[in-house]
Amino acid sequence: MSKYLITIGLETHVQLKTNTKMFCGCSLKFGEEPNTNVCPVCLGYPGALPVMNREAVKLTVMSGLMLGCEISRLSTFDRKNYFYPDMSKDYQISQQARPLCLGGGVTIQTPAGPKRVRINHIHLEEDAAKINHYARFSGVDFNRCGTPLMEIVSEPDLSSPDEALAYVQALKQILVYAGVSDCNLEEGNLRCDVNISVRPEGQEQLGTRAEIKNMNTFKGIYAALEYEIARQLATVARGGVIVQETRRWEPDLGETQSMRSKENAHDYRYFPEPDLVPVALASEQIAAWKALLPELPSARRERMVAEYGIPEYDAGVLADAKENADFFEAAVRLCSPGLGKTVSNWFMTEVMRQLSVTGKTISECPLTPAALAELVELVDKRVINGPTAKELSAELFENGGMPGVLVAKRGLGQVSDSGALEGFVEQAIAANAKSVEDYRAGKKAAAGFLVGQVMKLSKGKADPQRVGILVAEKLARLA
Amino acid sequence: MSHTLDVAYVAELARLELSPDEKRTFQLQLETIVNYVEKIGELDLAGIEPTLHGQALVNVFREDVVVPSLDRECVLANAPERNGFEFKLPKIVEDA
Repeated sequence: MSKYLITIGLETHVQLKTNTKMFCGCSLKFGEEPNTNVCPVCLGYPGALPVMNREAVKLTVMSGLMLGCEISRLSTFDRKNYFYPDMSKDYQISQQARPLCLGGGVTIQTPAGPKRVRINHIHLEEDAAKINHYARFSGVDFNRCGTPLMEIVSEPDLSSPDEALAYVQALKQILVYAGVSDCNLEEGNLRCDVNISVRPEGQEQLGTRAEIKNMNTFKGIYAALEYEIARQLATVARGGVIVQETRRWEPDLGETQSMRSKENAHDYRYFPEPDLVPVALASEQIAAWKALLPELPSARRERMVAEYGIPEYDAGVLADAKENADFFEAAVRLCSPGLGKTVSNWFMTEVMRQLSVTGKTISECPLTPAALAELVELVDKRVINGPTAKELSAELFENGGMPGVLVAKRGLGQVSDSGALEGFVEQAIAANAKSVEDYRAGKKAAAGFLVGQVMKLSKGKADPQRVGILVAEKLARLA
Repeated sequence: MSHTLDVAYVAELARLELSPDEKRTFQLQLETIVNYVEKIGELDLAGIEPTLHGQALVNVFREDVVVPSLDRECVLANAPERNGFEFKLPKIVEDA
């Protein structure tokens, strides 16, 4: 069998983080009872007029700027006509002729190195209503209808499920960074349609493509692509023909299925929306929105390495989620210079472990950057020892508060006063003659046991490093 | 410049059932209208920006502020049938 090339393009629908719908002031609060956030505009009543949400335009332009798009100075809206009960006015307001953003792209990491995935355009449109399918009838809930959706259309630059996944994840990270969307897959904030085709190596023209819908998890996107590539290759291998069609991913069956489709189903007869005037963006307006953009994740990683002297690996982990990076930076800035790596260690081990155990995000926890910074300082200044600090961090994570206050209140400060420590060392050595003999016989590990005994006698408050030195000195004298 | 206008096709897209007589009538009427508009093509329009909207306005926006929605009972009052608080429909198969 000759080799085949795989071509994948994605249309990613992203729900924008606005308070209200695209063309009316109905709330977008998630999880409300059916048909509570509706009005004549989003119900599609004849004569009701749409008025554009400025914030949705702003967030789309900001996304375009983050993704390196060219922003259209003059943008218009069009009607996409179709008959389906999820859109009761029988057309969706979308953008076809003059979308808000053109071009741009995302860089993904592949085993062969970085790869640029080009974006064709980004347009703004309204979401449809939710249809619930029951055994003998269907029901419509218009709460979602009119939600601002940004559709990011990629060029067919992707050539494997891994690349497609890397692209969606990179896109998600950038959009969450920019604060334009929560990209919460469970709430349907990010949905993908995928176009996919195969062609023999050496053939210039792309093969006939199938479009797959209904993938709402990263796992679903990956599995649907794997299945569809195998299906198309098998079809071609047995001499079959790929037909241009829309297929639906069925997660429970683990396969894509052809969707019933009428002839001319894709002739939407787009025409200019007469109820909305064009959006004209002056360069000053675009510049003002550009000034609101945060750093791209890749730029932030580089800066954190340079600014705090942390390894690239740490910067990658911390910058992965914007709020983690924000927390880390806030904490480091409160610490004495040179403690970047220490703060990073605490965050990446203790804090991230707690986050993963509790399934919370850092903003949902009472731990503050100031508390973490103080904890790191207390350890660094040898006021408390490591084990005490770990216990405190667990408590701060759960209940909040400041570590310095807890240390003072409970007398947790570590004992590094030589007189007191020497007393403990004497006691430990007297009580463990066997260990002392072992040490003399060459079992150096016995010293560690004695340090442990001293820690125990001090109720965990001794400075382990000081104890180590004292025990070593004492043993050397006994030898 | 001449557009092919197929009333039967457009009627199908718009879910309109037309008799053969109606199709002929509308075909002729709409062709007349389209031909009338096409007269503009006789002018030299090079360098003239297309008109994007009937009104010489741009940037009509609203602020992103929630306003009260309709009372749900009013919304559902005209529904031929309801399922709880949903509009009830005959069972539909999802189209592509």
